[in-house]
Amino acid sequence: METGLEIRVRGQVQGVGFRPFVWQLAQEFGLRGEVFNDAEGVLIRVAGGDLVAFQAALTARAPALARIDAVEARDWAVAVVPETFAIVPSRGQGAETRVAPDAATCPDCLAEIRGAGRRRGYAFTNCTQCGPRFTILRQLPYDRARTTMAEFPMCPACRAEYQNPADRRFHAQPIACPDCGPRLWLERDGAELPGDPVAGAADLLARGAILAVKGLGGFHLACDAGNAEAVDRLRARKRRPAKPFALMARTADLAGFCAPTPADLARLGDPAAPIVLVPGTGALPETVAPGMRHLGVMLPYTPLHHLLLDAVGRPLVMTSGNLSGEPQAIGNDEARAKLGAFADAFLMHDRGIARRLDDSVERADPPMVLRRARGRVPGTLPLPAGFEEAPQVLALGGQMKSAICLLKGGQALLSHHLGDLDEALTWEEFLTAIADYGRLFDHRPARVACDAHPGYRATQHARTLGLPVIEVQHHHAHLAACLAENGWPRDCGPVAGIVLDGTGYGPDGTVWGGELLLGDYRAVERVGHLAPAPLPGGDAAAHEPWRNLLMRLDAAGLADVADRMLPDAPRDTVRAAVRAGLNAPLSSSAGRLFDAVAAALGLCPGRQSYEGEAAMRLEALAGDVLADWPYAFEGLDPAPVIRAMVADLGAGCPKPLIAARVHAGLARAFAKPARVLVETGQARAVALSGGCFQNARLLSETLSALRSVKVLIHRDTPANDGGLALGQALVAASGELPQMERSRS
Amino acid sequence: LSHGGGGRAMRDLIDEVFAAAFRPDAMEDQARLSDAALTELGARLAMTTDSFVVTPLEFPGGDIGKLAVCGTVNDLAVGGARPLWLSAAFIIEEGTEIALLRRIVATMAAEAEAAGVRIVTGDTKVVGRGAADGVFVTTTGVGAIPPGRDLAASRIRPGDVALVNGVLGDHGATILAARGDLALSTDIRSDCQALGHLMEAVIAAAPGTRAARDATRGGLASALNEMAEAAGVGVEIEEEALPLRDEVKGLCEILGLDPLYLANEGTLVLFVPEAEAEAALAAMCARPEGRDAVIIGRATADHPGQVRMRTAFGGARIVDMLVGEQLPRIC
Ligand SMILES: [Fe+3]
Ligand SMILES: [Mg+2]
Ligand SMILES: [Zn+2]
Ligand SMILES: [Zn+2]
Repeated sequence: METGLEIRVRGQVQGVGFRPFVWQLAQEFGLRGEVFNDAEGVLIRVAGGDLVAFQAALTARAPALARIDAVEARDWAVAVVPETFAIVPSRGQGAETRVAPDAATCPDCLAEIRGAGRRRGYAFTNCTQCGPRFTILRQLPYDRARTTMAEFPMCPACRAEYQNPADRRFHAQPIACPDCGPRLWLERDGAELPGDPVAGAADLLARGAILAVKGLGGFHLACDAGNAEAVDRLRARKRRPAKPFALMARTADLAGFCAPTPADLARLGDPAAPIVLVPGTGALPETVAPGMRHLGVMLPYTPLHHLLLDAVGRPLVMTSGNLSGEPQAIGNDEARAKLGAFADAFLMHDRGIARRLDDSVERADPPMVLRRARGRVPGTLPLPAGFEEAPQVLALGGQMKSAICLLKGGQALLSHHLGDLDEALTWEEFLTAIADYGRLFDHRPARVACDAHPGYRATQHARTLGLPVIEVQHHHAHLAACLAENGWPRDCGPVAGIVLDGTGYGPDGTVWGGELLLGDYRAVERVGHLAPAPLPGGDAAAHEPWRNLLMRLDAAGLADVADRMLPDAPRDTVRAAVRAGLNAPLSSSAGRLFDAVAAALGLCPGRQSYEGEAAMRLEALAGDVLADWPYAFEGLDPAPVIRAMVADLGAGCPKPLIAARVHAGLARAFAKPARVLVETGQARAVALSGGCFQNARLLSETLSALRSVKVLIHRDTPANDGGLALGQALVAASGELPQMERSRS
Repeated sequence: LSHGGGGRAMRDLIDEVFAAAFRPDAMEDQARLSDAALTELGARLAMTTDSFVVTPLEFPGGDIGKLAVCGTVNDLAVGGARPLWLSAAFIIEEGTEIALLRRIVATMAAEAEAAGVRIVTGDTKVVGRGAADGVFVTTTGVGAIPPGRDLAASRIRPGDVALVNGVLGDHGATILAARGDLALSTDIRSDCQALGHLMEAVIAAAPGTRAARDATRGGLASALNEMAEAAGVGVEIEEEALPLRDEVKGLCEILGLDPLYLANEGTLVLFVPEAEAEAALAAMCARPEGRDAVIIGRATADHPGQVRMRTAFGGARIVDMLVGEQLPRIC
């Protein structure tokens, strides 16, 4: 009897080339045995060689796409050790139920498409270290026949690579080459244009055309980012007057228009290839991202993108190819029908997109996922200690930045960004996502969690599922999401939660959104909140910042100033509606307070052209300007801030300085009582959540105001409603129904 | 006005105000009706009842009396019935101006006459101050559905065309503007009108008409949702086709309200087979109550039970049933 080791590897280790990697290590260290996938991850049995070196290499040299959560080794006693080392079929129920996120083209594949081999110039080159995954998956288990590559039988050369454990394409399901794989073409008015499609597309772009480009998770609309006329035309056609456009550029071209920090570069180069917010230099037309200091930039992440960017040699606008408000198109016919009016030509291919995924949007410093989508899903998050026995929960998230979350087996799967559930196609995506992720995760939820807002479509849907429904207060869910992603154990004690947000349904009949909470997953107490003001017109106040300015000025005793600052607004009608209680709920929203300030500074007069525009412009206006002193709140009442701001405006104080003082003031107003909660032992840390903390300036001001206190922030999940479902799931799983308590005062 | 329950002053009130306005037979305790309208083979009796409360009692374009006649007449009409008889019961708050009462009763009589219905019985009660808000009116209507006519939302089929007879939200906007003390001068008037004649004209021109509904409380959105639900079809409407007055649109924008949910009191939505859509439209447009009639959309086999609105930009929004108060959802 020989003895060896049985090594269990947990984490994201399936579908990322882990077994061939193990096979190669086994050859290198002269080991015999076997490796296979099972429900828990990868199991390795080895004997007969340098086991110590093998184990060390297992983690040190793991494939780039792998994420190893745990390696557990124990003795392997076996009667007869196999003669060789082999990759053997998967075992056990639930094996092969994982699929990795899509990954940007790896350096080896990039070298191949630029080299002289058979994949030179081939737009669909990939290997186990890169390429499409989740976006081509139709069904599990993840193998070629169940992806949109099923239509492309492998040629002998590709099959040989696919079957060779020493090849980096061993079991690369989307493996392809020009002989057997998808085909690229350029079409105009439904007819294919002759010649090299990439060269043709680059030529059109260089001449100012707008191109629809079929990508990984959907279509993009592309144009030359340096061509102001083309950018304007794209804005006009897409009816998108001001929302920033994303850009795609090669690393070498970045310096021409933006100033990425080393952290930005690292994040840009992540296999997820997200859009990263990078400081612009002003070299591109202002209309690319009006009013913004940062540009949303991504690197080419498919061979097609690399070929196109190489050919065109300049940064491109790459905005999602959709009708205003709709999800982006994924089918060729759908794209022709919907984007035909926007695009002068289509760069098309015949590999199907099974799953619509937007580009993820992130910040590098502080690290922050703003929109979680392609490249990040279906990655899972391990649950904090205390949730090992958590029931399976399905959480349905919010209304506007919908994403769902599934809890199972100590892991949370937070879905990709879906969007606004009032939008018909997004609603269908939402229903599809529930079924799709449920299948993927082999999920059998015992309960469903949702927001407490009766008007959220997700909340209404929760009640139709025939499961116990747990309604979670909006800002409690935000807080719990922050705790969860920081691994805050279930029984680690209460934290102070500063939740600065748009609006959320409060249990007291008002609309919350600028909250100081005390509690944990199970329950929170509302210990403080911004002094409320009416939201005249309800959601209209979110579209029109001046409404909030009017209310904040009136509340600060400056009605006469409001009359001067808002001469053309229907002030008296709005005031009368507020007096009559006509669609004007009281709200402590921090987001709407930012809107009020933005309006005072002349940003977004009238109506915002996209959600969050006023707040984003305000953040951009503050820029790096140091706040010499913060505006002082009276407790959490902003009235003195409004008065000071009005006085400063009257005195000709620079607007960026005013914006900086507002950010600093709000941060300090909440940091102060939060710090007291920690210093008096009532809270063990401070957690920051809510959509306003996607504002990097507010976040950094708050962090500096909380220096020396333990602070938890969002990094891998969005602080806005994109992360809501994670918090809902944890609250629902925390054992008790959430206890909502009333304000102390 | 001070009238105890059942005393002499009460009888004075009935005699003076009501008997003067309505025909004498109207105030009999019991109406005795001939069955002439029902003797046709296969005719069916239709009956409906509704209570009316509105503040203010008088508003541009109507008053609670007109509302009480039109509301019940329209309930009968959209069900395919020819309205014949009404009862009217009044709860009157002590202190209500007698002149106001006269005006209300007068509009009721005139409106009933115009709609071709008779008010055949009624009742009045006077209650103490604060026990009612001015005047409450309950009307019950009886009508006859001619043989072979069968309007029901369940009959709507995919492909059927949806029409409305006029602009949306005028009544709701009128009441808001009149009530809210909104510092607005508007020319918006309630659309309050009886639709019995219009329905007869439409059915004559488009005998295949499937179903109609008056878009009262909850507005067009709620009417369409109820119909989609009952028929198990989807409904798709075009935002740009919806008839809206600029003033109503403007008021809705200021107040943050959606005109699709504003109440109407003389606006109906109906579904007809595609082949009869033009005939139905022409028949409506030929009458004053249907002057602004338009086609707004159609029933679909897709998304059964759900109403969607194609926006000007080409996307589609889900138009839900109104659930309670609209609270902000943008986070
Ligand atoms: Fe939120
Ligand atoms: Mg009724
Ligand atoms: Zn590769
Ligand atoms: Zn091949």
